[in-house]
Amino acid sequence: MSKFDRFGLGLAKGLALTGKTLLSRPNITVQYPEQRLDVSRRLRGPELVWVALKCTGCATCAKSCPQGSIELATSQELVDNKYEVVEFLVDHGRCMFCGLCVEACPFDALYMGRGYERAAYRRGDLVLPKEKLQMSADRQPSAYCRPEMEAELPLQTLLVYGQTRAKR
Amino acid sequence: MAIRTQPVSINIGPQHPSTHGVFRLRVTFDGEVIIGLEPIFGYLHRGKEKLAEARTYTQFIPITDRADYLASMSNNWGYCLAVERLAGIELPERAEYIRVLVGEMMRISNHLMAVGFFLNDCGAFFTPLLYMYREREKLLDLFDMLCGQRLNYNYMRIGGVSQDLPVEFLPALKKFVQEMPGYIDEYEQLLTTNEILLARSKGVGVLSPEQAVNASVSGPVLRACGVEWDIRRADPYSIYPQLEFDIPTGIQGDTYDRFYLRIQEMRQSVRILQQAITGIEQLPHGVYRAHVLSLVRPPKGEVYSRIESPKGELGYYIVSDGGVSPWRCRMRGPSQLNLTALRDMVLGWKLADLIIILGSIDIVMGEVDR
Repeated sequence: MSKFDRFGLGLAKGLALTGKTLLSRPNITVQYPEQRLDVSRRLRGPELVWVALKCTGCATCAKSCPQGSIELATSQELVDNKYEVVEFLVDHGRCMFCGLCVEACPFDALYMGRGYERAAYRRGDLVLPKEKLQMSADRQPSAYCRPEMEAELPLQTLLVYGQTRAKR
Repeated sequence: MAIRTQPVSINIGPQHPSTHGVFRLRVTFDGEVIIGLEPIFGYLHRGKEKLAEARTYTQFIPITDRADYLASMSNNWGYCLAVERLAGIELPERAEYIRVLVGEMMRISNHLMAVGFFLNDCGAFFTPLLYMYREREKLLDLFDMLCGQRLNYNYMRIGGVSQDLPVEFLPALKKFVQEMPGYIDEYEQLLTTNEILLARSKGVGVLSPEQAVNASVSGPVLRACGVEWDIRRADPYSIYPQLEFDIPTGIQGDTYDRFYLRIQEMRQSVRILQQAITGIEQLPHGVYRAHVLSLVRPPKGEVYSRIESPKGELGYYIVSDGGVSPWRCRMRGPSQLNLTALRDMVLGWKLADLIIILGSIDIVMGEVDR
């Protein structure tokens, strides 16, 4: 059979490559959680960040949400010539982190989060009221759809540049 | 003359590692030879087409991501293109270039998965796949930089893309494009001349061009039969007419051709990426999205538009009644129609061949069931 004229040559060629890779030890695997890479500046991380001072309660975010996971209520009367946001509730169990609400917000009051590892034991713990959505040390906003913030955030680690080993 | 035995029916799936998702096959065997096959769809049905009717045109974009989750950028593109054609929206040139860049990156990333899992099905357990994951990881990093997520991008918008390229994107992509041909050589060195792979896949699962066209197969599976049909040439969209690339075709239409064709297509995608990078560098920074109202209301009418997704012809048929959401939105998923040709390919082959023939079609159940 002509197919098997030089049997073993293709096999040897493949094994030569695996041998070469074994000796060169490519710098790819990340030793998470001991080693953490810098995330993207535009990360659409779990949990939104809400800035109470900027929010006017216009509910554009709630209208733009494909899943209907944002619930918002304002006061009936004007307080200091503006409506007070009484309730701002995001169900992160329904949210798919598409970022359309952040893109729609006309006052830059809503940001995607930069955090991760936000698992919870109960579904109810994923529904966050406005007190829990505010910016804090472990709840930092990302620059998704906020290009003016991009330069301040650390650069993303890119595997194209093989940066995994240096950042241990 | 072979002795015929009593036919035996075996269920493969829906939970089986080789069915690439929740897919069930009811196979009838005569001894070890397949004499009948009935694919059963629907385990991953999420009613996407109905969901579109309850959402605005923009709100449906993140849901298209979830159809073919290994090539979600192409799904975004197909849907946005259909709505743009329906509403008559012209795109800025920069947006077209960005779309071609991410579309071809998506093709490479998808083919890396397809080839890797095909080799995995052939018995080369995870070693070649991990070589391909290495490059896919680099591409996912770049997508992450663009739009903040690694799998469900939701990057395209009606009239353009959601954000401009970051300044550090193009240098990184250039480095990737420079290195990629070397890596593709590595993949070829690994297994394309491997005797065991040739014995397993050469001449196995042959699909004739006539059968393929009759079953309305598209994409790499059709081109492997020797039919030169690529939507990027046959029904051009975006800036593809200005770009130079070849359409690789197979000879026999067997499993090996389908595998090797994807490697050749990756080389062509790298070629397109090189040209698109030089093109986009000459354009000024700035307009990446046409001025479109946030609540798009296309005029009354219907449109069918199609793009060449990594898996084949991805079409969207949208009927508008002039309102804010589609009256009807139909997806033509390439995986589903490619899967209908499975019976033609496997009859007369054995159980072990069924797994690699299924692997060579490159299906994603999210797109089959929608």
